[in-house]
Amino acid sequence: MTDLSRRKLIVSGLAATAGVAGLGVAARIAQKYGLVPPDHAGLYGPGETLTYASQRLLTRHSLAREFPRTKISQRPLANEIPPLNDAFKRLQAGGFADWRLSVDGMVDRPASFSLAQLKSYPSRSQITQLQCEEGWSYIAEWSGVPLSHVLDVVGIHPQARYVVYFSIDPGWWESIDMEDALHPQTFLAYGMNGDELPVGNGGPLRMRLPRQLGYKSVKFITNLTITDSLKGFGKGLGSASPEAGYAWYAGI
Amino acid sequence: MARLESVRMPLDACAPSSASSVPVATVTSRHSAFVRVTHWITTLCFLALLVSGVEIVISHPRFYWGETGNVLTTPLFKLPIPSSRTLVPTGYGYVLPDQNGWSRYLHFQAAWVVVLTGLLYIISALLTGHLRKNLLPGKADLSLKAFSTATANRLRFRRPSEAEAWSYNVLQRLTYLCVIFVLFPLVIWTGLAMSPAFVSAVPATVTLLGGQQSARTIHFFVSLALVLFLLVHVVMVCLAGFRSRMRAMITGRAGPHMERT
Repeated sequence: MTDLSRRKLIVSGLAATAGVAGLGVAARIAQKYGLVPPDHAGLYGPGETLTYASQRLLTRHSLAREFPRTKISQRPLANEIPPLNDAFKRLQAGGFADWRLSVDGMVDRPASFSLAQLKSYPSRSQITQLQCEEGWSYIAEWSGVPLSHVLDVVGIHPQARYVVYFSIDPGWWESIDMEDALHPQTFLAYGMNGDELPVGNGGPLRMRLPRQLGYKSVKFITNLTITDSLKGFGKGLGSASPEAGYAWYAGI
Repeated sequence: MARLESVRMPLDACAPSSASSVPVATVTSRHSAFVRVTHWITTLCFLALLVSGVEIVISHPRFYWGETGNVLTTPLFKLPIPSSRTLVPTGYGYVLPDQNGWSRYLHFQAAWVVVLTGLLYIISALLTGHLRKNLLPGKADLSLKAFSTATANRLRFRRPSEAEAWSYNVLQRLTYLCVIFVLFPLVIWTGLAMSPAFVSAVPATVTLLGGQQSARTIHFFVSLALVLFLLVHVVMVCLAGFRSRMRAMITGRAGPHMERT
């Protein structure tokens, strides 16, 4: 009996050690392959990390569903937005002629683009769904320039891992990993349903990221910063969303 | 061993399966350790999913059918409750506090735990014979007479027989099978169908359901069915003897099921 329980003890001890070591190795590999979200700490970190890691592996090459023209929503909902600030109103008064998108950080050629410049790049369009975390949704045709094209123009450094993007509203910023940033359906959108993008839907320029919930598709984009670490931005949780209690990754 | 003797007591008609399915010589506990552990993990997760799910629904208590839906489109139905967002016209003059952030974090974390626990449960249930011995109804159970007797006994709120303290009756078996193999898979499926990233990889998840809003509506109704199951389950536990049933599910020991409190 004693022998048996001693053997049991040794075996379970070894198993536990192997388990802990295995977890350590798994964590290191996950970090290396970009499977750990910036909001991985805290009470809900494990669930968040599992979701992000598994969806990263599952959706590596997948495209968001696109719809036929007949599925476009009759009235694309312009949900409520925080009051627009004076800077926005000044630019709006000038027909957004002076709207600039600055791109900086880990790039070879930091740049500042006007809307006309962005529109001079090959325009792409997609009929995709915008899905809000609240539960509502609509389908629209979005046109714009793929973010990957703009990143090509400025030349991102090989060690770049995230694109941080900022709205003209200073409290409103998000970030995505390179996989989403270079995804063919990730747009800097300036048009909707064949027209200019209305202010209510994020015009003149919004991020469009159809594989994630609406709150990642930030409206009124004025700045992109390319970085290898999110530690220096805000509280280091990746974006304004985790600071407000929401998950950084919204592919769920 | 005296306690085990009780198993051999004459069985009443409502639980014919227990005669063959209770391995008298080997029974040491009413519920095996893996059943007890997965039961309580699932219970905790379900409560977390329920509370967080209610909070998430409150942010848009309208349901639609098809691909899209929002406050500009006609809903299938609306819940007559106030909302936590100003966007939704509810007829109430106030807006509830917004709890979506932590609710969503908790909902998906609990979903992970319950899915992994469920997988572990299914694998163990197959390997240990729990599924075959304790959940699949025996041949005798499936006769109309046995079925109607069991139903009648439940409807009369008759206390379960001594044999039933050791084995599930046919109604229990069918209900548990339905929860494990129909409702849980359906609630997981419809949940995944609402994930824009997941459906980008597996579009059939949502197209088979007729759209993302249909998935959300079905998710809501399956959740209601699970809540209904929980309520009936708790009532049945109370009728069967709350303390003895709880003891059986916590410690595994099944005492004399008549309580003398």
